[in-house]
Amino acid sequence: MQKINRDHKVRNYHQAKWDEPIIFELHQSGERGITLPQVEQEIVDHVGDGITAIPAEMVRKTAPKLPEISQNRVLRHYLRLSQETLGAAFNVEIGQGTCTMKYSPKINEAFASSPKMSELHPLQDVSTVQGILEVMYKLDLCLREISGMDTFSFQPGSGTQSLFAMASIVHAYHEKNGENDQRDEIITTIFSHPSQAATAAVKGYKIITLHPDEDGFPDIEKLKAVVSERTAGFVVANPEDTGIYNPRIKEFTKIVHDAGGICYYDQANANGLLGITRAKEAGFDMCFFNLHKTFSTPHACGGPATGALGVVDRLKEFMPGPLVEQQGESYILNDNLKHSIGKVRSFQGVPQTVLRAYAWVRALGAEGLKDVAKIAVLNNNYLYHKIAGIRGASAPYIKGKRLEQVRYSWEQLTKETGVTTEDISRRMADFAHQYWSSHHPFIVPEPFTLEPTESLSKADLDEYIASLTYVASEAYTNPKKVKDAPHNSSIHRVDEQDYFDNPDKWAISWRSYLKKAKQVEAVRS
Amino acid sequence: MMSEQRKMVHPYIPNTVPEVQAEMLREIGANTIEELFDGIPEDLQYMKEMNIPAALSEYELRRYIDGIMEKNITTKEYLNFLGAGCWNHYVPAICDEINQRAEFLTAYAGDPYEDLGRYQALFEYQSLMAELVDMDVVNVPTFDWAQAAATSIRMASRITNRYEVLLPKTISPDRLKVIRNYCSPQIECILVDYEEDSGQINMRDLEDKISFNTAAIYFENPSYLGFIETKGQKISNLAKSHNALTIVGVDPSSLGVLAPPSHYGADIVCGDLQPLGMHMSYGGGQSGFIGSHDDLTVIQEYPSRLFGIAPTVVEGEYGFGDVFYDRTSFAQREEGKESVGTQTALWGITAGVYLSLLGPGGMRELGKSIMQRSQYAMEQLGNIPNVVASRFESTNFKEFVVNFSHTNKSVEEINKNLLNNGIFGGKDLSEEFPELGQSSLFCITEVHTKEDIDQLVTAIRKCLDSSGSN
Repeated sequence: MQKINRDHKVRNYHQAKWDEPIIFELHQSGERGITLPQVEQEIVDHVGDGITAIPAEMVRKTAPKLPEISQNRVLRHYLRLSQETLGAAFNVEIGQGTCTMKYSPKINEAFASSPKMSELHPLQDVSTVQGILEVMYKLDLCLREISGMDTFSFQPGSGTQSLFAMASIVHAYHEKNGENDQRDEIITTIFSHPSQAATAAVKGYKIITLHPDEDGFPDIEKLKAVVSERTAGFVVANPEDTGIYNPRIKEFTKIVHDAGGICYYDQANANGLLGITRAKEAGFDMCFFNLHKTFSTPHACGGPATGALGVVDRLKEFMPGPLVEQQGESYILNDNLKHSIGKVRSFQGVPQTVLRAYAWVRALGAEGLKDVAKIAVLNNNYLYHKIAGIRGASAPYIKGKRLEQVRYSWEQLTKETGVTTEDISRRMADFAHQYWSSHHPFIVPEPFTLEPTESLSKADLDEYIASLTYVASEAYTNPKKVKDAPHNSSIHRVDEQDYFDNPDKWAISWRSYLKKAKQVEAVRS
Repeated sequence: MMSEQRKMVHPYIPNTVPEVQAEMLREIGANTIEELFDGIPEDLQYMKEMNIPAALSEYELRRYIDGIMEKNITTKEYLNFLGAGCWNHYVPAICDEINQRAEFLTAYAGDPYEDLGRYQALFEYQSLMAELVDMDVVNVPTFDWAQAAATSIRMASRITNRYEVLLPKTISPDRLKVIRNYCSPQIECILVDYEEDSGQINMRDLEDKISFNTAAIYFENPSYLGFIETKGQKISNLAKSHNALTIVGVDPSSLGVLAPPSHYGADIVCGDLQPLGMHMSYGGGQSGFIGSHDDLTVIQEYPSRLFGIAPTVVEGEYGFGDVFYDRTSFAQREEGKESVGTQTALWGITAGVYLSLLGPGGMRELGKSIMQRSQYAMEQLGNIPNVVASRFESTNFKEFVVNFSHTNKSVEEINKNLLNNGIFGGKDLSEEFPELGQSSLFCITEVHTKEDIDQLVTAIRKCLDSSGSN
C-alpha cells in the first residue's frame, strides 16, 4: 500500500449541491403526504359534515394552492435542503463572531424532545408541571450565581426581546417615579448590538450613541458630556464586539446612577466571563444571557431561543410575569408583581431551551463553567495572535489581550488587492467555513468578527487559520478567484442586482415570483 | 485563582488538555491563562467559587434530569382539553425529523453560500404560508401570535401615522398584555365591546370608537373564545372608510375550511404557527407569522427578515437573499423598523414541512375534522343538565366556551375533579372574563376521539351529580 498524502492544511471541500426544485415544483395532483384520523361515524351521525355550519361568508371557496406531494418525497426534499445547510455541528465554527457558536450537546436534545417536555400544555395545573418549574427555578439560581442578579425570568424569546423587556422596565421604573416625561434618552455604544438601540427606540427613547476612543473603549468623557437628568438608562455590552473589556465600567455605571438612570448589561454573549466577573459588581441593575449562545442551546436557524433576563431586587416588581418561585416543597407561578410591564412573550417563553441550558450547566459544574471562559479566552487569544501574522489583516485598537472575540480588519488587504471582506466571506464558504463581517455601520473598515468558543480544539483553530491564510494569500496572487467565489458551494454568486431592493423585481413568495416572471416573459414575447 | 493542574478534561472542552494549553500559551507568549484576564480590574474579578454543583457525567445527568422531568404529567398521560393559544395537534413524524436534523438545528446566520438550504426552506415556508393566507408576502417568523399582532399594529401605526388601535374585548388577555407593553407608550389600545349573545364584535361600539385617529382595527378569527367572527367584511369596510387598516389574527389550522382574512378585506394577517407541526412544549412551540399583499407601503414597514428569490450568475440556479434589508435594525440600528434578531426560524421551516405534507386536501380534512369533533363535544356537553355549551350563539372552530354557572360547582372545582380523573379540563375564564360567570374554554382538535370526548362528558356528569366536594 502506498501512503495516501493527506498533508494539505486547507480542506478539499464541496458543499452538498442537490439542485433542488422549489417545493411547489414537486406537486403531483392527487399525491398526499399524510392521512388524518378518520372522524367516527357516530360523530358524523350527530353533526354531519361539520362545515355546513360555517356561515356562507366565512367558507373558504377556493382551496389553498399548496402542493400535493407524497411523504417520502417531502422528506427527501427537506433532507436535501438540510444537507445544503452548514450547521455548527458540522464545521469549525469560528466565523459567526458575536454569536457564540458552541457545541450543543446531543444529550440535551434527548431531554428537549422527550414527551415529558414536548407534551406539556402551558396552562396545565402547576401541580402537574413541577418538573419543568423546578428546572426553571434551579437555572434561575445558577444564573444568580453567575451574574449576582437577584431574580431571572425566562420569558423573553431572544436577546432582542430581552433588551426590549429591559427598556420596558426602565420605562415602568421612571413612570412609577413620575419622571417619564423628563427621562427620554437611552445611551448606548456603537459597538453594541443594533437591537440595544432599536428596542429602546421602539419604547420611544431618543438614542445617544457613544463611539470608541482611540483604544477602542467607549469614551468616558463623551458619556459624562451626554449624561443628564434626561438619561433614562444606559445599555452596553462589556466586552463589546471588539473583545476589549472596559476596565472603567464601574465608573460608567456610577456616572449613570448618579444621574438617576438605570444601567442594563447586554450579556447575550458572556462566554469569556463565566465565574470571572459579574454584572452586579460592575454596578448593573439588569443583565441578560442568551441561552442559545453562552449556554449552548442550539441556534435553530435563528430561534426558538431564550434571552434570560436578570434584575436586582428593586426592579423585581417591574418584571414580566409570572415568575417561577419556590413555596415550601413545590414550585409556583407568581404573577403578583406590583408594577409589572405585563408580558413580552406568551406563556413562559421557551422552556425546552431552559431545560437544555440547565442540563448544560449541570454537565459543567462551577469549575467547568469557569473553564468555558478560560478556554474560550485562550482560544481567542491564540487565534488573535495567529491572525496578526496574516498578510493584510489587522486588529484595530489596543494591542493587549482580548477576551472571547475580536473584530479584525482587511483594510490593508483591500487597499492592496481590491478584494473586500464580502469577497473573502464567499471564498471561505469554499473551505467549509462560516465567516461574518460585522454589524452595520462598518466602524472598522472591511471588518470580520471571529469568535472561537471553548468547543474548538487547537487543530480546529489551526484549520481555520490555514484557510484564512490561504484565502488572504490568494487575494494577492489570484484576486479574481476570490472575487468570483464561491466555487464549491451549493450555488454560485447570487445576482443581487436589484432583485432584493427593487419592488418590481423582488419576490418574497413563489406565487409572487411566478407572477413577476410571467410579466417579464410577456414583455419579452 | 485556579491551579495549572486540572482535575478533569471536560468532554465539551477539547483544550482542557493541559499539554495543549501549555503549547498554546507558549505560542501566545503568556505564562498562564489568568494573564489573559489582566484587562479586568482586580476589584471586578470574582474570587469566590460559584455555588453551582460539580459536573455530572452524561449518565448521571440523564438520571438526574429524567428524575426531575418525571414529575411532570403530560398530555399523553392525561386527556387534554386545554387550548387558549397553544393547541394539542398531531405532529407528523417528519416534522420532528427535519427540525432535529443537526444541519438545521445548529445553523444560525450564514449566507446562502454556506446555508442555501436554510434560505430555501424559509423561502418555501413563506411561499406555502402565502398560499394558505392567499397573500403574496409572509415574513420569516417572529416570536408568537402576540408579537406578530403587536408588530402588525405598529406597522399600521407607521403606515397611517396614527396612534390608536381598536381590539375586541374577547382577545386573549395573555396576548393583550404583550401587545399593550409592545405598543406603549405611543399607541393606545382601545377595546371594543362584544355582543352578549354571539360574542361577535359589537358594531355599534366599533362605529362609536373608530375615528380618523384609528390606525387599525384588529380582530381575530376564530376569536380567543373560539367563535367565528362573521362580520369581517363589514369591519374592514368600516376601517377603509376611515383610512385605517384591517389586521386579522388567524389560527392557520382553520384555513382549509375558513375563508382567509384577505378574502374579507384584511390588509395584514398574523397568527401562530404552533398548530402546524410544533409540539406544545409548555408554550415553547409558539411562533408568529405576519402576511400582507405585495404592497410597498406595507412591505417597507416590516421589521422582520423577508427572504426573496433571485437568479445566480449560473443559469438554472435558485439563489436567495434578504429583501429590502435597509428597512431593518440590522442595517439602520434605531432608524430601522422596530428590531430584528433571533426569533423562531426553525418553527417556520417546520410549518413548511407540515403544509407540504398536508397539502390542500389535508388542510381541508383537518379543518373539517376539528369542526365535526368540536361540534360533537359541544352537543354532548350541552346535553348535561344546567350546562350551557356553547355560551355563545355563533359557530365555533376548535374552541368553545362552556358555562357552568347554573350548576352547583365552580370551574375550579370541576377542573380539580377532572384532574383527579386524569383529565386536563378547559381553561378557567372566571377571572379573565368575570361577566361570563363560571365559564371554561374547551379545545377539541383532530386528536380527540369520540371516546376521549365521551370520557370528558361522563367525568363532568359524574362531578356535577356528586353532591359533596371531590
